[in-house]
Amino acid sequence: MFREKVELSTRYIAIIGNPNAGKTTLFNALTGLRQKVGNYPGVTVEKKEGKIIFSDGCSATLLDLPGTYSLTANSPDEKVATDVLLGRTNHTPPPNFVICVVDASNLERNLYLVSQIIDYHIPVVIALNMIDVAEKSGMTISSKKLGDELGVRVIATIASKKIGVDELKKIMQSNVTASLKARQWSLPKVVKEECDELQTMLQGTQHLSEADAFHEAIQLLTSPTALSEHLDRYAPELLEHVKKDHERLDILGIDRQSVFVESRYEWIKHVCEASREIKSQSFETTSDKIDKVLTHKIFGFVIFLALMAMMFQAIFSWANAPMEWIGEGFNELEKNVTALMPPGDIRDLTVNGALAGVGAVVTFLPQIFFLFLFLGLLEDTGYMARAAFIMDRLMSKVGLHGKSFIPMLSSFACAIPGIMATRTIENRKDRLVTMLVSPLVSCSARLPVYVLMIAAFIPQQKVLGIFSLPGLTLVSMYLLGLFAALIFAWIFKKTLLKSDAPVFIMELPPYKLPSLKTIIMHTWERSYLFLKRAGTFILGVSIVLWFLATYPKTERATPAEQLQQSFAGQAGRLIEPVIKPLGFNWKIGIGLIGSLLQREVFVSTMGTIYNIKDSDTQFSNLSLRQKMHDDIDPHTGVPTFTILTAICLMVYYVLAMQCMSTVAVMHRETNSWRWPIFQISYMTALAYGTTFVVYRIGLLLTA
Amino acid sequence: MNKFSLNNLTVGEKGIVQNIATSSSHIRQRLLEMGLTKGTKVEIVRYAPMGDPIEIAIRGYRLSLRRLEAESVFVEKDPQ
Ligand SMILES: Nc1nc2c(ncn2[C@@H]2O[C@H](COP(=O)(O)OP(=O)(O)OP(=O)(O)O)[C@@H](O)[C@H]2O)c(=O)[nH]1
Ligand SMILES: [Mg+2]
Repeated sequence: MFREKVELSTRYIAIIGNPNAGKTTLFNALTGLRQKVGNYPGVTVEKKEGKIIFSDGCSATLLDLPGTYSLTANSPDEKVATDVLLGRTNHTPPPNFVICVVDASNLERNLYLVSQIIDYHIPVVIALNMIDVAEKSGMTISSKKLGDELGVRVIATIASKKIGVDELKKIMQSNVTASLKARQWSLPKVVKEECDELQTMLQGTQHLSEADAFHEAIQLLTSPTALSEHLDRYAPELLEHVKKDHERLDILGIDRQSVFVESRYEWIKHVCEASREIKSQSFETTSDKIDKVLTHKIFGFVIFLALMAMMFQAIFSWANAPMEWIGEGFNELEKNVTALMPPGDIRDLTVNGALAGVGAVVTFLPQIFFLFLFLGLLEDTGYMARAAFIMDRLMSKVGLHGKSFIPMLSSFACAIPGIMATRTIENRKDRLVTMLVSPLVSCSARLPVYVLMIAAFIPQQKVLGIFSLPGLTLVSMYLLGLFAALIFAWIFKKTLLKSDAPVFIMELPPYKLPSLKTIIMHTWERSYLFLKRAGTFILGVSIVLWFLATYPKTERATPAEQLQQSFAGQAGRLIEPVIKPLGFNWKIGIGLIGSLLQREVFVSTMGTIYNIKDSDTQFSNLSLRQKMHDDIDPHTGVPTFTILTAICLMVYYVLAMQCMSTVAVMHRETNSWRWPIFQISYMTALAYGTTFVVYRIGLLLTA
Repeated sequence: MNKFSLNNLTVGEKGIVQNIATSSSHIRQRLLEMGLTKGTKVEIVRYAPMGDPIEIAIRGYRLSLRRLEAESVFVEKDPQ
């Protein structure tokens, strides 16, 4: 009894299945974690671990994997899944058994993977998921009959409603075994003979297990390249034998590649017929009706643009009121703290360093919230896959495909998930191109910088009666980033990373009512992360900055002069010659140096230095944007910021690579320093060059 | 028996897959595994706004692929 318990607690259970079958939803239901789900194939691209605790107190480790259509891995994310399943990685032990999530509304294609898993003799239980969707489209599937056909346990589930999860847990506690019904599908006689013969040879000479030998035999018989690729792995006799097999089958007119896939699907057809009843088949599904509009020739694009416009509207207008409340809240707090504490360095540090820096960043929480809420809606309804479908043609013009559009849309949130999402792209070079350009798409960390600049310097005017100038400016910045990404994708595709036009084969899942709970949860999580970063990293940087901006102290200097003499001021003035051609002075220089770590630091830096600078004029209730707006150099009489500087600064932030986390992820994903360094170089050069040109043109226009 | 390329069917037309004739065994494998095997019914559901890619209904689900790939899939027209 005791032994058994120990064994159970060290169990490793992997969740596998086709993309978008509901694996992560089930994983979350079983572990209580909140990994990201979404209604498009390729949401999960990494393996994720979680603990599951059973009713008797035992526990096991559960592994969520990226989706895969077959065990012939085609893309990096599929390889993650198959490597874990077949025990080919060093980091994770081979799973004791797997839960295969099968989309009941898409039974045939999902069973293809199941048939491969069974053939490998991997112990498996099947979670027959999305039975609600299957039923709605007029199908009833008997899990009992399906289980009998497959020789494994089948549990009907609706993962999104936690139905069937307890029953699944019960089975997970018991002994899960491999199906005895492996290889029930039948090959044509000649093919079977050759396959069996080859398998025996492989078992003998290569010491492969029976299951591995069987799959290797299929590989060798199928693939025209398998022979040349494995010249060093196999004995010459074996290769000679395979060559003869190829000749023999080719003479008989047998398609060596399709025969294996077809035979499996033949068997699947039989399994489906035995366990599924199709009552009615609705002629036109709801999804079709929606798609008639959303992927319409003209409306398709109009709606896409309207959706984007609405997102920026939300970010800009709706978030404005809550943003001001937060700003006022911080102002009150600063005022109260100022009144409570005795004057001195500690008070200055608290008010001008910590509170001003953190406050400046936290005021942008509403914008971040709306951005993630909106992206969440796009992801969970199924629109993401349509966006890829609509945009594929456009992307093909720059040599990429629709799947590259999903990482770019994800990069609106953050370049890191964007870069991770490129794992679904099969071709290595195309994936690299997408990774190189994704950080040009404006991420949420740039948003505070844009909003601060726009609110302070772009006048509230209407353009053409309906658009507001600030809103349009914001949209222009996003478009600039997107266009730069497309142009550079084209350039890289033509020069550094030449390859053929990629293939685009993508499943379009039916639309679904988004689960508001999941979306809000995810949005909250991202917002919380933002707050946490403000409370830790930004706080730390603000405090350090306060010291650098306050010391060394100069006798009898005004706060403005004091700032200029400080370490931070000295650093700013040191780089001033470099940034002067872009229209930036030393104060902006301080912000730029801080931003090398992370983009939002610019905002907290401004918050801190403007609070220090104005600390002689009593406690001013002016907002940061007002202070920046009114700032004039006492010696030269030139304002620090003009509309032109604000625009230049935004352009610089659109294009520059100022994010250490992205560099780290690029390093990890490309397994080299070459690409991240190249990325920093080209983006910095691009940012500098473009800003320079914009500044010069601006000067000419305003002269 | 008339064979057509999937690319030549118009929206709403149905066909039965005969064979896939692409030089890339990689793409072929993927298309086969996605269910485009001999004898399978396919229907053209729609074209993307700019005419490419196309969306097809197969084995009860929806798949999008480019015309270039569709070109290599040969079908027999299904009259019904
Ligand atoms: N109606 C219904 N929807 C479900 C069910 N299970 C999951 N979903 C939804 O299906 C979508 C896909 O779920 P995920 O859990 O992200 O799927 P996945 O298999 O992890 O997908 P990848 O990570 O992309 O391979 C989400 O929108 C879920 O909310 C179910 O049983 N019924
Ligand atoms: Mg997932």
